[in-house]
Amino acid sequence: MSTPFYVSPQQAMADRAEYARKGIARGRSVVVLQYADGIVFVAENPSRALHKVSEIYDRIAFAAVGKYNEFENLRIGGVRYADLRGYTYDRTDVTARGLANVYAQTLGTIFSANAEKPYEVELIVAEVGADSSEDQIYRLPHDGSIVDEHGSVAVGGNSDQIGSHLDQNYREDMSLGEALKLAVAGLVRDGSGGERELTADQLEVALLDRSRPQQRKFKRVAAGQVARLLGGANGSSPDDEADSAEGSEE
Amino acid sequence: MAAETRSAGRAPAAFLTPGPSSPSAQVNGGFPGDRPLPSEGAEEAPYGTTVVAATFPGGVVLAGDRPATTGSVLAQQNLENVFPADEHSGLGIPGATGPAAEVVRLFRSELEHSEKAEGSRLSLEGKANRLAALVRGHLAGAFHGLAVVPLFAGWDKERRKARLFTYDVTGGRSEARFAAVGPGAVHARGSLKKLHGEDLSEEQAATAAVQALRDAADGSDSSRRIPPVVAAITEDGYRGLEQSEVSRLVRRVHEDRLQLPDGPQAPISQAHFDRRTGRDG
Repeated sequence: MSTPFYVSPQQAMADRAEYARKGIARGRSVVVLQYADGIVFVAENPSRALHKVSEIYDRIAFAAVGKYNEFENLRIGGVRYADLRGYTYDRTDVTARGLANVYAQTLGTIFSANAEKPYEVELIVAEVGADSSEDQIYRLPHDGSIVDEHGSVAVGGNSDQIGSHLDQNYREDMSLGEALKLAVAGLVRDGSGGERELTADQLEVALLDRSRPQQRKFKRVAAGQVARLLGGANGSSPDDEADSAEGSEE
Repeated sequence: MAAETRSAGRAPAAFLTPGPSSPSAQVNGGFPGDRPLPSEGAEEAPYGTTVVAATFPGGVVLAGDRPATTGSVLAQQNLENVFPADEHSGLGIPGATGPAAEVVRLFRSELEHSEKAEGSRLSLEGKANRLAALVRGHLAGAFHGLAVVPLFAGWDKERRKARLFTYDVTGGRSEARFAAVGPGAVHARGSLKKLHGEDLSEEQAATAAVQALRDAADGSDSSRRIPPVVAAITEDGYRGLEQSEVSRLVRRVHEDRLQLPDGPQAPISQAHFDRRTGRDG
């Protein structure tokens, strides 16, 4: 039996991190922005059925980039965690912070466990508060760290360019239409500095809308309404029409 | 499968295991039939009173009486025993109030969980089957006198009509046009049998339900102050009727009964009915 090569822990971790980062960078990006009435999630996703953005609980939503089977597993785990906690205690006892901690521990353990390959995912967990100062957005990179974000955040391939564009142009209390336009203006940037074309059909848009009367604040925005918001005047109320898109496909 | 939600550690294996998931499978120690029960003393528990339901062409009405009893003592005046399950279905549960409330909470989490995990809502049939499993899981409690026997009603999107399901303690499920469960169910069912028809409006169905609840209490509740809980489920979803709407129905029924203490009279035979309404026999 041959002796295994010595690999320094630093090198091993760097290799694993690079492996995960490369996997994540291959995928399309997701942008999350605070706007006047809540938080908007915009993902470049041609699929109508395989979501990158999903509801977790009343005021909490989840967005992910990377490998679908891995983040889907984490999403279901999060829904289980939230539903069970809400059932055991109370609906108000389910918080984004608690969920982000569970995700961070899970990702961190997998990242440093030698037997498993690191997950090639980057997550965002967001919770909408009673007003924008109480909104919470957490970004969870592949290695299990947590970053508390404010205003705008981008994850996925090319997130650096998109993020810097968002940072330069973001301002507080934008209308939904303005926030959506800014998100798309970020997403169209590609790695070589050029811009691509993105239509409403290629976007997956969802909201955590604090003005929604229901207990569950998560709502998907149908492609038709996205097109109207992108094309039309700023910020018509999202509840005007197409409330049918809420929660699930029917 | 332990469900540990308190620790800040890695999500337990149960959370990340692929496969079907349901909150009831994850609740610590199983739910609720697996739990040890006291050998006696169940009759001291508070019990909710009668719940009735009646379908009408555009939907279904659920109505529940509010007092709860412990033995022969009135335990609570303002119990709720009609609940929304999700946006398009609801359930009414008489019987032991503790287990009933737990079944409602668990059933609601089941529906919501399934909607989020699968990305689509369960069919009405699927919801009804799921509830049957929960009721069956509570069979051990039923043998101790803590029966949970719900009525489940909802709007069926595929068939485009409202449907109503009744259960027995073993989880047996059957579909009905009208139904009553609880201590006054025998009287209420008899009352609905005479009052229920195929062509009722929502308001008529609600009135019939209130009449039936009145008969369930055997007409002896003129001193009651709290009107029942009434909810209607239509294509637009679950809607709990406002207290003022319910009060209006109850007042009308009450005033009618000051004239006719036994309530509206049904015709003795079809011929009698035709003569009274002036139709050709």
